[in-house]
Amino acid sequence: MLRFLVKKLLLALTTLIAVSVVTFGLFFAVPNNPAELMCGDSKNVCSPERIAMIERRMGLDKPIVTQYGDFMRGIFVGRTIGSGPTARECPAPCLGFSFRNDEPVTEIVARTLPVTLSIVFGAAVVWLVLGVSIGMASALRRGTALDKLAVGTSLVGASMPILLFGPLLLIVLVYETGLLTYPRYTPITEDPVAWASAMILPWFALGFLNSATYARLSRAQMLETLSEDFIRTARAKGLPKLAVYGRHALRAAITPIITIAGLDLGAYLGGTVITETVFGFTGLGKTALNAALNLDMPIVMATVLLAAVFVVTANVLVDVLYAVVDPRVRLG
Amino acid sequence: MAAPKASADTPADGPYLRVRDLRVRFRTEDGVVRAVDGVSFAVERGRTLGIVGESGSGKSVTSLAVLGLHDPRRTEVSGEIWVGGRNIVGLPEAEIRRLRGRDIAMIFQDPLSALHPYYPVGRQIAEAYRIHHPEANRHAAHRRAVEMLDRVGIPQPARRAEQYPHEFSGGMRQRAMIAMALVNDPALLIADEPTTALDVTVQAQILDLLADLQQEFHSAIILITHDLGVVSQVADDVLVMYAGRAVEHGSVEQVLRQPQHPYTWGLLSSVPSLHGDPNADLLPIPGNPPSLINIPPGCAFHPRCRYADHTGTRSYREVPELRPVAGTNHLVACHLPEEERRRRYAEEIARVGVAR
Repeated sequence: MLRFLVKKLLLALTTLIAVSVVTFGLFFAVPNNPAELMCGDSKNVCSPERIAMIERRMGLDKPIVTQYGDFMRGIFVGRTIGSGPTARECPAPCLGFSFRNDEPVTEIVARTLPVTLSIVFGAAVVWLVLGVSIGMASALRRGTALDKLAVGTSLVGASMPILLFGPLLLIVLVYETGLLTYPRYTPITEDPVAWASAMILPWFALGFLNSATYARLSRAQMLETLSEDFIRTARAKGLPKLAVYGRHALRAAITPIITIAGLDLGAYLGGTVITETVFGFTGLGKTALNAALNLDMPIVMATVLLAAVFVVTANVLVDVLYAVVDPRVRLG
Repeated sequence: MAAPKASADTPADGPYLRVRDLRVRFRTEDGVVRAVDGVSFAVERGRTLGIVGESGSGKSVTSLAVLGLHDPRRTEVSGEIWVGGRNIVGLPEAEIRRLRGRDIAMIFQDPLSALHPYYPVGRQIAEAYRIHHPEANRHAAHRRAVEMLDRVGIPQPARRAEQYPHEFSGGMRQRAMIAMALVNDPALLIADEPTTALDVTVQAQILDLLADLQQEFHSAIILITHDLGVVSQVADDVLVMYAGRAVEHGSVEQVLRQPQHPYTWGLLSSVPSLHGDPNADLLPIPGNPPSLINIPPGCAFHPRCRYADHTGTRSYREVPELRPVAGTNHLVACHLPEEERRRRYAEEIARVGVAR
């Protein structure tokens, strides 16, 4: 187990380093000079001296390898950006300053990450509870009207993009009927009720659409498990239905669902740009998108790295969880 | 709903299990599958009935019907299944459930897939005990599980109880399965191909164990198998099934030593014997078992029977009745005259394969 963990963590670290190098490299492959971008809209205003000054201030005058090293060191121990009178302290975890407005990237992340976390974790609860219970119910009622309705609905859900579903919800629930107000993000620490009421729409939109996939998956898993020999054994023992389904079938059917849920969660935490955009939230995804459009290197680096951390962590967690759930899996 | 009481014609001291004219049909998209079509047999406590036949002959379906394990939405079960003086056909699920595992227990072919992969073996046995002994606490049930593992010859039972099925060898797993089936002292044990998935050396141990336990618990056993060697070793009576019907039924001595049905002959003469002439050809049964959706008319075995023409067109038109061989309780369903059956067996079959 320990060996497995060390191995996995080393692999995860390698992946993250590779991601950071590639992102860093890609940015410098782009022909635009960020110093020119910062300097102003019109090239006329920017004398070469001024650009050089900005480059010095940003540390862009150093070799790429040094810049990369500085960046990585900043994350763990903090660093000083630039030199001379314009030098700025950036305490760990330092992700640099936005090229656009000089705001520390760490603060931007601290402001936008909770938005994404709120959306994703809430929606995950919705899609897991809704999806798994619909899937299980329709597996147990296979062939009935309920099953057919569930399968049909989930086909619609699985094929509908949130780009369409989100605005539809807004039109119906906000603009036409006024049942809900247009969401405005409030941190949970300030006002939990306001936070939750702002989250209802994205939770439902993302949760409902994803629950379709989970309903189909859990239905298929449950049907497969119900045809297993050990289920017949459980019934032959004289177990009541509830125990056969709950203790024996569900336990076996849920394992692959845990895996998929873990990986999905990891992927979504990196940003749900469409959901955020549709409902007007500035989460990690939207921030990353804007930064990429603006060539705002430090923010791109930070968001990409963070997304990679989520995905890699989710992978390790899923592996460990799998071994916890299924005694046949030996980690090593 | 009042449970049907034992009627006059099934006295309480009669056979523990009596099946009469059992019919099991499945409705599928392709048509109605007649998996069991009018089968009758009985097993007394302390006796073993071997049910023999190829895959798809209705052996397992019969046993699942006795346990009431068929899905009522897709299955039609008719006939009578008297268990301990009570007809369980048509009983509500809750009633049958109480019999399952307590009065009737079952052992399956592949113990690896029949045990739950996620729970320790001891816990699965204890679970079987606790359902029917609600007064037993977790501790007592666990003790009982360890006791049973010990009884079926598993070394270090306390340690083994904590292990998972995949940590057991094939033979040990089947022992654990037997321990689970016997944890409630069932009066009837159904073993569906209990040794098929095991090594030959382990097979003998498991059969011995079953015989020992039968003596100890005085239970009735139904042994489902396609292996005539297994039947000759442990069964008292034999029922040969083909296409959902009984074709021959009698004591082991009768069915294996004086078989009267060409299908039984085929089963016997297609298995090589260790004692015979190694160069003698076996006589396999040509063709495959029929689809149970389209059972051949007349004698279901006629397309594969070498003697079908010997009775004119009767075999093609008329389903042979199960009739006793003169003066015995040995039942055979064949149109061939008894005299010819005896002669053919002696002349053509008795020298081939294990029939010797």
